[in-house]
Amino acid sequence: MVTEEPKTSPAPSAEPSEKRARTQRSGRAAAAAKLTATHIALIVLSVVFLIPFFWMLSTSFKTVKDAVADPPIWIPQIQQTVPTLASYPPLFQTTYQGRQVRGNIKSELPNGNTQVEIVQPDDLKGTVVDSPRAQLRQVAFDAPVVSGEFQHQKVTAIVLRELDDSRQQVQVIEPESLKGQQFTDLATNLKPVTHPGLQWKNYPDAFTYDSKSLGYIPFLYYFRNTIIICWLVVVGTVFSNALAAYAFARLRWRGREAFFVLTLATMMVPFPVVMVPLYGVFKALGWIGTFRPLWVPAFFGSAFNIFLLRQFFRGIPFELSEAATIDGANEWQLFWDILIPLAKPALAVVALFTFIACWTDFLGPLIYLSDQKTYTLSLGLASYQSRNGGTDWNLLMAASTIVVAPVVVLFFFTQKLFIRGIALTGLKG
Amino acid sequence: MTRQKQEARNGYIFVSPWFIGFVLFLLYPLVASLCYSFCDYSVLKTPVFTGLDNFIRLFHDDVFWTCVKNTAYFCAIFLPASLVLSLGLAMLLNTKVWGMSIYRTIFYLPSLLPLVATACVFLWVFDSKGVVNSFLQMIHIHGPDWLASTAWSKITIILLSLWGVGNTMIIYLAGLQEVPQSLYEAAEIDGAKAWAKTKSVTLPMISPVILFNLIIGIVGSIQIFTIPYVMFPQGTPANSTYFYTEYLYDNAFKFHEMGYACAMGWILFVVTLLLTLVSLKISNKHVHYGGG
Repeated sequence: MVTEEPKTSPAPSAEPSEKRARTQRSGRAAAAAKLTATHIALIVLSVVFLIPFFWMLSTSFKTVKDAVADPPIWIPQIQQTVPTLASYPPLFQTTYQGRQVRGNIKSELPNGNTQVEIVQPDDLKGTVVDSPRAQLRQVAFDAPVVSGEFQHQKVTAIVLRELDDSRQQVQVIEPESLKGQQFTDLATNLKPVTHPGLQWKNYPDAFTYDSKSLGYIPFLYYFRNTIIICWLVVVGTVFSNALAAYAFARLRWRGREAFFVLTLATMMVPFPVVMVPLYGVFKALGWIGTFRPLWVPAFFGSAFNIFLLRQFFRGIPFELSEAATIDGANEWQLFWDILIPLAKPALAVVALFTFIACWTDFLGPLIYLSDQKTYTLSLGLASYQSRNGGTDWNLLMAASTIVVAPVVVLFFFTQKLFIRGIALTGLKG
Repeated sequence: MTRQKQEARNGYIFVSPWFIGFVLFLLYPLVASLCYSFCDYSVLKTPVFTGLDNFIRLFHDDVFWTCVKNTAYFCAIFLPASLVLSLGLAMLLNTKVWGMSIYRTIFYLPSLLPLVATACVFLWVFDSKGVVNSFLQMIHIHGPDWLASTAWSKITIILLSLWGVGNTMIIYLAGLQEVPQSLYEAAEIDGAKAWAKTKSVTLPMISPVILFNLIIGIVGSIQIFTIPYVMFPQGTPANSTYFYTEYLYDNAFKFHEMGYACAMGWILFVVTLLLTLVSLKISNKHVHYGGG
């Protein structure tokens, strides 16, 4: 509470100097304590806010097994491997359709050819190809490194072969005394040897999911569609709202104030209210399934942006327009040649906020788009989640990162614009 | 033509795209929605007038009331929590500490992310093997099954919505920076401590911003859709996360009960307006306009 006391107390200069020094010292200490407390609070809250980001990124670089490991693995790990020729089945290299492929021998054909089942690269995995015997060349296999116990000693070994009874055949590489010895043990007794590392493969895997069965890369389409829609929406929004805001800010016409109030009132209408008839309108136009319901309305303005730009336009000196009118400029020239260049900062803010809103929109695309090829990123990610979620967390997190990353990058490049944008919304008014 | 008439004519020309859009994409759908709410209607057949039938059916629809309750529960907890948390963050950021722009980025960024991505990430964050329960395990607390228990599913949605308070926070921060420093100095001379300064200077000075955030918050949270739709399909578990707009959407586009959906839409509209009016009415007494 603000007390009356200071009014009646003697002026500070009348205080004994010793007491004053003490108050000052304690004041400084209090300020330092307050600053420390503020810092601690900010750091703790920051950590809480960053955890989901960390968890998303960390998981996106893990193997499926590590993603659900208990206790959790915080830093992504990759398993160490050692190249060996001793693995079974042996790995052979050959060429297929002009590409180098690796695989295991399936059978020898009577005509001297060999049937090879491809293991690498991933997109040909499982394909069986005929190869002339002469072309085959055995190559080293990257055998996973494990640690286990052999002859009562802790050993490091490489896995040569998976046996049918969930045992593994391994070959010791350390210590030196046992090197080269082979033994078998249950896979559960052999711990993988890992080191911190990122499994980048998750990103191409998530990005190209389903591309084999669909015949195209869905995420590529999602990106393309989102960019097309958002680009049109941004252009339409900036242009149409600048026009309307110009009419409200710089021109006098009958009914202007009333219509402006009406414009603001439209902000109170929740989208779900008009959702159904709007769908009917677009259906009658034959636009369902196309991008048009998503971008065409942007060319007709929206209340919030009109409000924002009107405030800015009103702040531009009217003398500029008057001078140009005397020089013979018409209204369009006043708008296009004089006002728009001066209003660039405000228009940039509108463009940025519109872009983000469009990029993140979900309900619109959900209602109007039906073919997977026309999905936006948000809709595509949701459909990916509903079909593949709950199992391959590493891939879902990689997909989420792919969708989130452009927004984060955009934010870092336009931070100043964002902050100015908030100030521009003119909350004082 | 006189200068004045010409200016008026240009005004109508410049505002005409907006006017056309207003009629086509707002006024017509709004009126049509009201009409449909008294009709049995799906896009496939012509509407048939059925009077108050839709509203009477809604009144007896258990799922409708479940959704109303869920949405009310969400708003009642999320709104105050978000207003307090975002104001707290903004006040912390307004203290000119070192690294302010870094903290600001950390708190603001989540609010910009696509909600679908946020939902996917939080499905994993709150998974029984996710990061939250792992942390709880470290301090020997057996975490609840956030996503599969009716007691916690709504709390999960509230917590992840609070992750996105950055936007509200930034608006507060802009408001806080407008408060004249001289007022704080005057309060200090009067011997005001931190809490007194907050109560007697900060809160009255930013009260218009609080009102703005409250109204934006009401309009936004009453329409919550994307997060529960992605995270909890069909309102699982046991309709505990079935929200108003989801049921409206399902009625319109899954069950093809478009008249029914429109009736729900208009109820939503009226409730939103009423809540806003009540906020404005109450705020008349407490919101301080002037200076700043």
